[in-house]
Amino acid sequence: MPRLEVLKTYKIYIGGQFPRTESGRFYIVKNKKGVNLANVCLSSRKDFRDAVVAARGAFGGWAAKAAFNRGQILYRIAEMLEGRKAQFIDELIKQDSSAADAENEVNLCIERLIYYAGWCDKFQQLFGSINPVASSHFNFSVPEATGVVAAIAPQNTGLLGLVSVVAPIIAGGNSTVVLASESKPLCAVTFAEVLNSSDVPGGVVNILTGKPSELVKYFADHMDVNATVYCEKDGETQKLIKEKASLNVKRVVLYDKINWQSDEGQSPYFIMDTQEIKTTWHPIENIGGAKAGY
Amino acid sequence: MATRKNNTLKLSFETGWKYDPAPESKSSAKIDPRYELFINGKFEKPLSKKYFNTINPATEEKLSEVADANVADVNKAVKAARNAYDKVWKKMPPKERAKYIYRIARMIQERAREFSVIETLDGGKPIRESRDVDIPLVANHFFYYAGWADKLEYAFPNRTASPLGVAGQIIPWNFPLLMAAWKIAPALATGNTVVLKPAETTPLTALKLAEIIQEADLPPGVVNIITGAGATGAAIVNHPDINKIAFTGSTDVGKLIQRAVAGTNKKVTLELGGKAANIIFDDAPIDQAVEGIINGIFFNQGHVCCAGSRLFVQESVYKEVIRKLKDRLETLIVGDPMDKNTDVGAINSKQQLSNIHKYLKIGQQEGAEMYQSSCPLPSKGFFCRPTLFTGVSQSHRISQEEIFGPVLAIQSFRTDDEVIEKANNTPFGLSAGVWTDKGSKIFNLTTKMRAGVIWANTYNKFDPTSPFGGYKESGYGREGGLHGLSAYVNLT
Repeated sequence: MPRLEVLKTYKIYIGGQFPRTESGRFYIVKNKKGVNLANVCLSSRKDFRDAVVAARGAFGGWAAKAAFNRGQILYRIAEMLEGRKAQFIDELIKQDSSAADAENEVNLCIERLIYYAGWCDKFQQLFGSINPVASSHFNFSVPEATGVVAAIAPQNTGLLGLVSVVAPIIAGGNSTVVLASESKPLCAVTFAEVLNSSDVPGGVVNILTGKPSELVKYFADHMDVNATVYCEKDGETQKLIKEKASLNVKRVVLYDKINWQSDEGQSPYFIMDTQEIKTTWHPIENIGGAKAGY
Repeated sequence: MATRKNNTLKLSFETGWKYDPAPESKSSAKIDPRYELFINGKFEKPLSKKYFNTINPATEEKLSEVADANVADVNKAVKAARNAYDKVWKKMPPKERAKYIYRIARMIQERAREFSVIETLDGGKPIRESRDVDIPLVANHFFYYAGWADKLEYAFPNRTASPLGVAGQIIPWNFPLLMAAWKIAPALATGNTVVLKPAETTPLTALKLAEIIQEADLPPGVVNIITGAGATGAAIVNHPDINKIAFTGSTDVGKLIQRAVAGTNKKVTLELGGKAANIIFDDAPIDQAVEGIINGIFFNQGHVCCAGSRLFVQESVYKEVIRKLKDRLETLIVGDPMDKNTDVGAINSKQQLSNIHKYLKIGQQEGAEMYQSSCPLPSKGFFCRPTLFTGVSQSHRISQEEIFGPVLAIQSFRTDDEVIEKANNTPFGLSAGVWTDKGSKIFNLTTKMRAGVIWANTYNKFDPTSPFGGYKESGYGREGGLHGLSAYVNLT
C-alpha cells in the first residue's frame, strides 16, 4: 500500500505561537490550474489586534538587544532558511513558480537576510551624527526603531517580497505584524516556522494570512501601530492608508515602485524608513580659568 | 547634615531692592502701518482685498495690518514659486544658491536688533529671549544650511539628491522668525522654492524677512511669504501644484494635514505638539535642576512644543525640589516683554490666554493643587502667572494634554522603571529632560525615552546643527542638521 502523505495545517503566527484564526474562518488557496493547495486561515481584525499586542510586548526587548546580537539572529534566520530550502522551493513550485525561479527566489531571500544581518550594527554609524553645536554641549543623533510596524507584504511573490520587507524592519529593532500574499501564503507560514527556530523572540515578527482588502484599514488605523508599510500600486488603498494613518500620526511607507528581484530591493535606506532620529544633549563643563590646549 | 546645609539656604527678597525698569528702545523697529503679500519678489496687494490687524499682546495695541491671502492669492504665490523653480532656482549652480543664503544670514545679523524688537512687540516674548536666542539662531540657521547647498552629494551615501519642487510651509506663532528660518533655509539649500505662511498673530518678522530677501536680490518667486489664518493654510495644503508640505503647529492640525494630503504625492513633514517629561533624580545637582525646570516650562511663557511641562521628581528630594521651585517662582519677573529684566512676557493672544485659563480650572477641578507666583500682572495685555500643579496623577488632563503655557504638572516617582513608564505614557514624543549626576543613569534614561530630543542636565537648547523633531504623535521628519536635509529631497 502506498504511504499516505501527511498534509500540513497552515496556521498563523502570533507571539511565537501558531494559533488558528480566532474567527474560525478559512480560505482555499489554489494554484493556477485550480487545484486546491491548502485551507489557510482567513485572519480577522481580532487576530490583527492580538498580533499588535504581541508585537508591542516584544518591541522593547528586541530594540534593546545589542545590534550585534540582532545581526546574529538575522544571520541565524538565513541559516535556517538555507537548511529548509527544499521545502520552500517545493511550496513555490506548488504555487506556480518554475523550478529555476523557485530556487532563485529562495536563494535571493537567503542572500537578502545575510545582507541585512550585516547592516544591523552598521547603519547607525552611517546615519547617526555628532553635531557640532555652537554652545558648550556634547550633542549626538542616532537612529532608533519607530516601534510596531504593520506591513502588508508584496502580493506578487510568495517569499521574496515578505523577506525583503520584514528584514529591514526587524534589522532596525522594530517589531512587526505582516500580512502574507493572499494568493501565495504557503511560504509565509513556513517562514514563520523558520523564524520560530532562529532565536527570534516571539512577537517580534507576527505573520497573518488573509485578505488585504479586508484588513488593510486596520493595519492603518490601529492606535498602537507606529508605521504602516504597503507595497501595491493601488492608489485608492494608498489614500485610505494615509487617511487612517493620520489618526495617530503613523509613518506611512509605500514601496510601490520597487523591483524586489533586483539589487534595488535592498538598501540601508529601507532600514531608515522605519527609524526615528533621537538627538541627545549634555553640557560640557568649562571650568573657569582652564586654558585651551592639551 | 553639613553637606546639605547649602540646600536649605533661601534667598531673601525682602531687602527693599527692586529692579528698575530697563526697557529696550522701540526706535530701531520700523513697522509700516500696512503690509502686503510678498509674491514674486514684490509686495503685492491681496486679491482678497482684505486685511487683518496684528497687535502687541503686551499692550493690546495695534501694530500694523497685514493682508489676508485667499485661494486666488495662494494660487498666485504658488505659480510664482513654480516659475522660479523651473526657470531659475533648480538650474542655478549650487554654490551660487549658497551665496544667496549666506547673504540672507548676514543681513539678518546686521539687522538683528530690529528683528529682536519686532519679534517681541508682535509676539510678546521677552526681549532677552528674542535678542539672545531667537534671532541669533535664525541667522545661524541660514548660515549653516547655506553651506550644505553645494555639498549634498556628501549627505546621502550612494544616493543622488534632487529637489522636490515647490514647498508649502506653515509655521506657528511661538518662534515666528526662527520657524521661518527652519523652514526656508533647508528648502533653499536643497534647491526648492517656497511659499511660506506665518501665523496670523505673528506675521511681522516674516514680512521683514521678505524685505531682506528682496534686498538680497534673491530671484523673484524663490521665496513667497503670504499672510492669513487657517483658510490660507488650508489653501496651501490643498494646492495641487505643491510638492511638499512642512508644518509646525498643533497635533490636531497636523492630523488634518496628514489626512488632507492622503490622496496626493506631497511629501510631508510635521513638527507637532509635545508633553515632555522633565525627570529629576535624587542625585541631581538640585539647584541646577531647579533652574532647568524653570527654563523648561517658563521659557517663552511655556509656548514651546518641547516645553518640560510634566515634572517627575524622585520622592526622596520631592519636598526640597518643590520648596525651591516655589521660591524660584517668586523671583520670576513677569511683565513688559520689552523690559530687559523680564523673565516671562505676554501670552501670545487672548485666545491662548483663555485656553490656558481653561486648563487652570480643569487642573483644580480634577483635584490637583495649584500654586501660583504672587507677582503682580500688568493691567493691560495678556499675562498669566507662572503656575505649578502638585498632586497630579497620570490620568489628569493637565498631565495628558498640551497646554502651551506657563503651567507645570508635577508628579513624584520612586524607581527608574516607574518613571520611564510614566514618562513614556503619552501619545506625544517630542522631547524629554533627565537630571542626575550619574552618567550610566543618564544613558539608561535617554535611550529609553521615546522622544526625538533628549536634554540631559540641561533643557531647551537649540542649534542649527542639531536635528529636532518628534516620535509618535509629535510628528515626523527632522529639522536642523544633516538630517534636516532629507525633508526636502528625493533620493535616487
